[in-house]
Amino acid sequence: MVLVKKNAHLMPLVGTRTNEQKGAKEMVTLTIDGQKVTVPANSTVLEAAEAAGIHIPTLCYLKDVSQTGSCRVCVVEIGGRLQASCVFPVSEGMEVKTNTPLVRESRRTTVELMLSNHPQDCLTCLRNQNCELQKLSHELNIREVRFEGARSSFPLDTSSPAIARDPNKCILCRRCISVCSEIQGVNILAARERGFETVVSPAWQEQLANTACTNCGQCVLVCPVGALVEKDDTEKVWKALADPDTHVVVQTAPAVRVTLGEEFGLEPGTIVTGKMVTALRRLGFDAVFDTDFTADLTIIEEANELLQRLENGGKLPMITSCSPGWIKFIEHQFPAYLDHLSTCKSPQQMFGALAKTYYPEKAGLDPGKIVTVSIMPCTAKKFEAERPEMQSSGYQDVDIVLTVREFARMIKEAGIDFINLADGEYDAPMGISTGAGVIFGATGGVMEAALRTAYEVVTEESLDKLDFTEVRGLEGIKEASVNLNGTVLKVAVAHGLGNARKLMELIQQGKAEYHFIEIMACPGGCIGGGGQPIPTNTDIRRQRMAGIYAADKDMPLRKSHENPAIKVLYDEFLREPLGEKSHELLHTHYVPRLKYSEVEHPEAKEETKRGTAS
Amino acid sequence: MEAATRGCQCHALRAQDERYKRLGEIIAQYAGQPGALIPVLHHAQEVFGYLPHDVQVLVAEGLDVPLSEVDGVITFYSLFTSEPRGKYKIGICLGTACYVKGAAAVLEELKKQVGVDIGKTSADGLFTLEVTRCVGACGLAPVMTIGDDVYGRLTPEDVAGILDKYIQAEKNGKA
Repeated sequence: MVLVKKNAHLMPLVGTRTNEQKGAKEMVTLTIDGQKVTVPANSTVLEAAEAAGIHIPTLCYLKDVSQTGSCRVCVVEIGGRLQASCVFPVSEGMEVKTNTPLVRESRRTTVELMLSNHPQDCLTCLRNQNCELQKLSHELNIREVRFEGARSSFPLDTSSPAIARDPNKCILCRRCISVCSEIQGVNILAARERGFETVVSPAWQEQLANTACTNCGQCVLVCPVGALVEKDDTEKVWKALADPDTHVVVQTAPAVRVTLGEEFGLEPGTIVTGKMVTALRRLGFDAVFDTDFTADLTIIEEANELLQRLENGGKLPMITSCSPGWIKFIEHQFPAYLDHLSTCKSPQQMFGALAKTYYPEKAGLDPGKIVTVSIMPCTAKKFEAERPEMQSSGYQDVDIVLTVREFARMIKEAGIDFINLADGEYDAPMGISTGAGVIFGATGGVMEAALRTAYEVVTEESLDKLDFTEVRGLEGIKEASVNLNGTVLKVAVAHGLGNARKLMELIQQGKAEYHFIEIMACPGGCIGGGGQPIPTNTDIRRQRMAGIYAADKDMPLRKSHENPAIKVLYDEFLREPLGEKSHELLHTHYVPRLKYSEVEHPEAKEETKRGTAS
Repeated sequence: MEAATRGCQCHALRAQDERYKRLGEIIAQYAGQPGALIPVLHHAQEVFGYLPHDVQVLVAEGLDVPLSEVDGVITFYSLFTSEPRGKYKIGICLGTACYVKGAAAVLEELKKQVGVDIGKTSADGLFTLEVTRCVGACGLAPVMTIGDDVYGRLTPEDVAGILDKYIQAEKNGKA
């Protein structure tokens, strides 16, 4: 195992405002509430207060994502005037007061005004008890809303299978706009109109489903209220579980086992695989399987596809296809480059196809009676499951997709004491997996898993060092080179669609000298997915990532090609990687999509008419 | 850009349309400059009379600005419009004096006669109905403007006759 080159572009995961990057070493001393505090000269008053242990409430501010100073909740008194502490720079000798009658009154009035145009339906809101506006009203001790004024009345947007928009709940903090444009570079959401008519929406008030929205759900993660939420599909699952005629099969994605615990108060990164399996059994699933099984399968197919492309002069670089947000992104933004994508379905969809073919054949079940449910860290998986290409079993391969948040709600609704559950074991055969499957959950994981297998397949030598640390971590774009029997394989890993775009532009310019690229739509990979617990931020992503690599270390087998259940699957059913059955069930194709709204516009028609007339 | 226009004939039609040629020149002139969006939209609206969706897409692509931002700017500033404007802009004043003198009834009659709501343009493309604030002719209240013409001391009964002047002029090709 030789790593001949490591040349990582140092690209920050998110944002550009960390102190290190500003490069300032100079310190200033200021006074906050009578307390002296010394901080770097480029700090904001909010950062200085945090350093002094003084809590200033915030709403639109979100570390690493959004610093617009627009909501005015974080105001403090400086020189007798109110200033937004999240954007106000510190200076030597500055005197700041964070708790004066003026400050309290201003913060309270600001929030009251927001509440006056906010539906007071907290009890039935999806974000009940995890809402920043709710928490803030409580913190500020607001006990009545003195202002009764006009209320916004915008139509709900439920067009997308993944994300629901309720602009009436929106408080115009613009965090979603920041994440959609600055981090993901997708630019779907923006503020339109002005004053009371202001609404955060796609251009032309288009419905999300008609736009180039990738369904990544990063906007949902940063929304402080219930204006952007996942489409809730829990009722569909309850219904399937209650139906005695159905056989309900569940799969759990790699990244779920290190995040689900957060919904029950555990630290991010806590591995709860066993409890999760027990919870699924308690809920009444007939078989509890693991997406890690088909993650291993993906590696076998994808590594073979890569080797085939390398041997036969196929399209390179080959790019991974596991992330449905990334797939929709490239379909809209770079439709001429779809042949770079691996034809492998994602592990979720490989699972769905096998759960309605291989599994019923083996278990003697009627595939028509099987309902497949996925527990995913992802909102885009809901869209992926509904793609017309994903019916190779003769049925919709994956019937229902739940995010981690929806799954946690079901566990709570069922009255299951999650924390105290005993550990359970996945069912065979589709619950058997390796550490290579687990690491799919973090950026760089698919690459690492593929390298573990490709190396051994090509060199026929055993890897002495399994950890490809060069492709791990939160750098935006990572690079590595691996020597496979004299052939140097150059690889790159990107996470977050803004970074994906940078790599695609290199490919467009013919400057990407890579053989294989892994791209995940969400910052951090699936552990930072749009279906993960809220909050999800850089620190939490780091903790979850540590959980993923710990889970990998714990596995007795850590290479996909050593998974005994996968070997049996090929012997009994698929016969060979990239074989006929594989192509039928495990591979797919992609669809070029429009960059802008797919509906026809009356204006365009009108132009056509006028043009013809003249 | 191919993707945005695939499936329609706009491209071929645009090639013959002087306005799109002009738009291309405007975009080329400003491309790469910071703060180009607003001046380009200004010029584009001068050329087209309004900012239709396909023009918005061309501006977004040409300046490498997200379409959502183009739309955000157009909807933020009242001087930009994404709907075609009529040949004549009717401005009915709803300032205090005009309002007190019965402008609301005149407005209702205008809506009826022109056949559109406030901010909209008649099907024949002749009139766009808009509401204005005080035009400084309170002595003539209630007042409306059509293009550069001012009409005062209006009653709802006057509306049909005034509009007819423009309709007839248009028919006779005098306008």
